[in-house]
Amino acid sequence: MWVTLQITFFTLGLGLVLALPISFGQIYGNKLLKAIIAVYEKILRSIPELVILFLIFYGFPRIGVRFSPFAAVVIGLGLRSSAYQSQVFRGAINSVSKTQMRAARSLGMSNFQGFVFIVLPQALRIALPPWTNEFTIVLKDSSLAYALGVTEILRQGGYIIATKHEPMIIYLTVAVFYFVVTIVINKSLGRVEKKLAIPGFDVKETVR
Amino acid sequence: MEKIWNIAVKYWPKLLEGLGVTMEMTLISVVAGFLIGIVLAIARVYGNKFFYGLSTVIIEIIRGTPLLVQLFILYYGLPPLGVNLSPFIAAIIGFAINSGCYQAEYLRGSIQSISGTQMKAARSLGMSKTEAIMQIIMPQALRRVIPAWTNEFIYLLKYTSLAYIVGAPELMAQAKFIASRNFQFFEVYLVVAVIYLVVVLLFTKIFSILEKKVEIPGLEWVR
Amino acid sequence: MSEENVVLKIENLKKSFGDKEVLKGVSFEMKKGETKVIIGPSGTGKSTLLACINMLVVPNGGKIWLENEEVTSAKNLNKIRQEIGFVFQDFGLFSHLTALKNIMIGLTKVKKMEKEAARELAMAELKRVGLEKEASLYPAQLSGGQKQRVGIARALAMKPKIILFDEPTSALDPELIGEVLSVMKNLALSGMTMLVVTHEMGFARTVSDEIIFMENGYIVEQSSPEEMFKNPKNQRTKEFLFKLNELYGE
Repeated sequence: MWVTLQITFFTLGLGLVLALPISFGQIYGNKLLKAIIAVYEKILRSIPELVILFLIFYGFPRIGVRFSPFAAVVIGLGLRSSAYQSQVFRGAINSVSKTQMRAARSLGMSNFQGFVFIVLPQALRIALPPWTNEFTIVLKDSSLAYALGVTEILRQGGYIIATKHEPMIIYLTVAVFYFVVTIVINKSLGRVEKKLAIPGFDVKETVR
Repeated sequence: MEKIWNIAVKYWPKLLEGLGVTMEMTLISVVAGFLIGIVLAIARVYGNKFFYGLSTVIIEIIRGTPLLVQLFILYYGLPPLGVNLSPFIAAIIGFAINSGCYQAEYLRGSIQSISGTQMKAARSLGMSKTEAIMQIIMPQALRRVIPAWTNEFIYLLKYTSLAYIVGAPELMAQAKFIASRNFQFFEVYLVVAVIYLVVVLLFTKIFSILEKKVEIPGLEWVR
Repeated sequence: MSEENVVLKIENLKKSFGDKEVLKGVSFEMKKGETKVIIGPSGTGKSTLLACINMLVVPNGGKIWLENEEVTSAKNLNKIRQEIGFVFQDFGLFSHLTALKNIMIGLTKVKKMEKEAARELAMAELKRVGLEKEASLYPAQLSGGQKQRVGIARALAMKPKIILFDEPTSALDPELIGEVLSVMKNLALSGMTMLVVTHEMGFARTVSDEIIFMENGYIVEQSSPEEMFKNPKNQRTKEFLFKLNELYGE
């Protein structure tokens, strides 16, 4: 269970750290940078998570780097998550209207000041709901670590079944664990959302 | 590079066979999920308390748990209770239910984005609620949901790779089979990655052409 | 119902939303061919009144008759709604259907007309509002004034006994109001029974047979346009008309 949560947090963290510069690059970068990022995102979004995991797990030893299954999972899912999170941030920044920046500049702010004080506070609010969504996706995807042999909750369940022979009950219990964590994440981030809410900033989205 | 090419050349019938199963699973699941999705969405938007509650609970539970766990419940959980499903069937049932719940949510969002006046106007012409839903609301909702729906197709195409874990003979399973023979894991998965990439990009392109074809002025979708 | 030519009769109609009483007992009747205009400050229940008449909003008390049929106790509301045309403030055109199909769908799906007959009738109604050229356009391709004219044609095609207009020009740019009002004027002259909620005083003055001034859920005053504008009896009516006059001039 802790392994599942660890995978989730590390993956999200890695994804976040990569996603922010990627989204800035996609918005403010030159043509070449934008093209490279577009290809990066396209590839990571088009290949199944499992395939990404296998490529990393089996690929890196070829160049002399050996990852534990756990590390391979975090890197693989983290890369994938970065492609999604960067889209979330880019969409959020782009959805803050251009006039906001113009208004900031008209007050004498620099581009940087305008971005930090005006655009970013709005963009982060917009990004929060899809980011919450990404959180729960990563939590669920952490179950893929099973395929690389990481002893996360699903595999743990399998071990228990080997001795107790009650697969239905065990897997339902595993499902309940995921469900509860998902609800806790949604509720607590939903509360953050409400705290930060400003009239006129109701963002509703259904994304997977 | 040569090794990769050799794998592709040597094993293409196996890979193609796997891709066929992958596509088959995707198509069946997405269509079955679509039917499930319509029922759940209508129940959630227009149903009475009971149907609203029921569909909400189903949708939230399925969306709140990993697909892989759902597959395990179907494939490993059911046999002791006397229900034996083949890997292929178990996977498809799992995918269809899972996808149905996501599709229900897209459709619900789409239905709710259609202004209340549309319903009122339909009723003011003397349509019954059912007629209004079928003639006025759904045709618009379904059009608006097309982009989300094509996304869902792509998602499913990727997520069918999970089926190999319960033993369905799709693309990933074939890859694993090949790799366990020649021990060139990385190269085999690289070939598989390219196959997924090409298929996904191809479908993305096809869908975007189709989306343009059925577009109606005023009902454009945000891309 | 005693009188032969009464189309609509409303008796002591009441409606509340939660503890907010929006209609506190409204009564009036309309004879065949009459045009009545309801005016009054916003939020005084005018739109709710219209919505109650075809039961889009279900009233809490009172009775409504359409000719000899009691609407408020009717079993088949959908049958009655066919006979009451409704024109919406925000048009209510079906976004996925062309102008022509917007009119046809009520005929084919509700009245079960043959497709060809429905098309002919729909085309005739479009012609009547001057939009036969726009038949194949979708709502998003029409101007606001054109949309509202299609809305009127759609209501007309159902051959209703009365048409209710809920602020039909409020959502329009000023330069588009005229075309809608002139369609409505012709309609009134042709003998259609019309109940119109509007702020267009010019229309109220020249077209209507009677003006009903509503405030706070009551009918404060109802009289002919001449009476109402020249010699309003109630202080509140005076104030309201004065304010309107200040806003829009003559």
